[in-house]
Amino acid sequence: MATKSGAPARQKGGPEGGGPVFRSSMSARHTLDWVFTALVFAATMIGLVVLAVLLVDVARDGLPRLSWEFITNFSSSTPERTGIYPALLGSLWLLGLTAVVSVPLGVGAAIYLEEYARDNWLTRLIEVNISNLAGVPSIIYGLLGLGIFVNLLGSVTGGQSLISGALTLSLLILPVIIIATREAFRTIPNAVREGGYALGATRWEVIRSHLLPMALPGALTGTILALSRAIGETAPLIVVGAATYITFAPEGPQSSYSALPIQIYNWVSQPQEGFQVAAAAGIVVLMLVLLLTNSVAIALRNRYQRRG
Amino acid sequence: MAVNAERSANSELWQRDSRARHFRERAIKIVLAACAYASVLTTFGIVFVLIFETINFFREVSILDFLTSTKWTASFANPSFGIIVLASGTILTTLIAIAVALPVGLLAAIYLSEYASPRLRRWLKPALEILAGVPTIVYGYFALTFVTPLLQNAIPSLPIFNVLSAGLVMGVMIIPTIASVSEDAIYAVPRSLREGAYALGATRRETATRIVVPAALSGIVAATILGISRAVGETMIVAVAAGNLAQLCLSPSQSCQTMTAFIVQVASGDTPTGSLTYSTIFAVGSTLFLMTLVLNIVSYMFVRRFRETY
Repeated sequence: MATKSGAPARQKGGPEGGGPVFRSSMSARHTLDWVFTALVFAATMIGLVVLAVLLVDVARDGLPRLSWEFITNFSSSTPERTGIYPALLGSLWLLGLTAVVSVPLGVGAAIYLEEYARDNWLTRLIEVNISNLAGVPSIIYGLLGLGIFVNLLGSVTGGQSLISGALTLSLLILPVIIIATREAFRTIPNAVREGGYALGATRWEVIRSHLLPMALPGALTGTILALSRAIGETAPLIVVGAATYITFAPEGPQSSYSALPIQIYNWVSQPQEGFQVAAAAGIVVLMLVLLLTNSVAIALRNRYQRRG
Repeated sequence: MAVNAERSANSELWQRDSRARHFRERAIKIVLAACAYASVLTTFGIVFVLIFETINFFREVSILDFLTSTKWTASFANPSFGIIVLASGTILTTLIAIAVALPVGLLAAIYLSEYASPRLRRWLKPALEILAGVPTIVYGYFALTFVTPLLQNAIPSLPIFNVLSAGLVMGVMIIPTIASVSEDAIYAVPRSLREGAYALGATRRETATRIVVPAALSGIVAATILGISRAVGETMIVAVAAGNLAQLCLSPSQSCQTMTAFIVQVASGDTPTGSLTYSTIFAVGSTLFLMTLVLNIVSYMFVRRFRETY
């Protein structure tokens, strides 16, 4: 590359103007280096610029529409009167139920794999399985939820209900929680475990009194990030039957429901301009909820890290 | 505790306590193991549901029609199910997305690992990760209401729903995936290789493009395949912005339907359990699952290779 591009650079000339071939080639190589540096920097910035444009675009479209009425109104066929209340409540319900199901399951699995499991084929099978599950498209989890939670266990879950949605989302984010929690346990030095055993503590006592508190910041951050991913998921919820038009707030786990992304999808799909604006306002609400959960994750991590 | 009780009583207490502790230890281990096996159950659940309903589907539709027909008319009176039609939509959007995400992601990875100062890197990496955390429905809205009008200014004949806009935005979404995995691979290239290149008089760019990137190639390939797998499974961007027209997808300026968008379209409506339409979404889901599974396995093999070399 450098020798090829030496020719055009020779015309431009080196600093002293038309020196030996080697010298002008050097300057061409340095010019190319400069261009390349600019290129890689620009590539890094493209993503951030698009992100900024996206946020500004959504805020510009949606902020003027945002009002207290928008948050407390039920969805309506009149774009000016429609609101996000049932969807917001639905998302909060989903968040709570998903956390209750996925956190104990995920943390339990992580503790088993890090602290108990022997290194045999069965353990490796579970590990390969988890990393593979993390790569399964979310809509496939929707089909799983539809087949198992909505139809097969419909009499228990109430069919297209909050609990079916929450169970589906739990399975979806389980690999993320397990991977984050394992990472947190792995960073604890072995001396802590050995110290505990030397004092006569059993394996579980060491885990509960020492390892769990030490792993908490990392595990918590990963878990909350996973949960915030669950709030933003749309496709699996559509498949397990979140409703787009709902005129009541959810009453319990077996209630039918809507969710923020579902409501936004519904509005985006409408041809009227007014619904597009409502969708933008809905996105602002969704992003605010995500911002809130992520700040909680960061705040918790900072707090526990200082103590640790 | 602090009381000096009789020795015998004390040791007896200790023994009983020990037995209780032993029992509790075993119970806890079993409960934790059950949690770990839940993830295996999930895989079994997915495979079971997909196979079960796909068999139902192929009871009514011939495999030959599914694999070779070039018409997808699932809702017609005399339906034809040519998966090629939906697959063409998926493939074209994926190609566009990778055409954006691979060069941008790879160059960003080179910048992060070879050029950026550690302090800048600590800021830039999480900032890029935010791109991967934005809900896909937001990208869908962005593609439809911002990118498409922008593209229509340049190409006036472009329809509102088109594959180009969806693919481009999907590409932006995948940038962090490719950048992050490639960066790990590039970072893992030993320092001695770089120093060797510098000692031979290579510049920074030459070292990066001719020594470091080739050395990290298997990791970069793994990142790309992972990105392809993400793009194939991506749903909401295409469901919102690509239009839901099930036709053979050959041009980026067309409206097309992908496999994922078809599943969403059917699931948004009322589909009675057990009907042919119901089992169709599982047959499409099985195809999607197989595609991403193969991609993930191939990517995993490449990752292992770069880990083994260095």
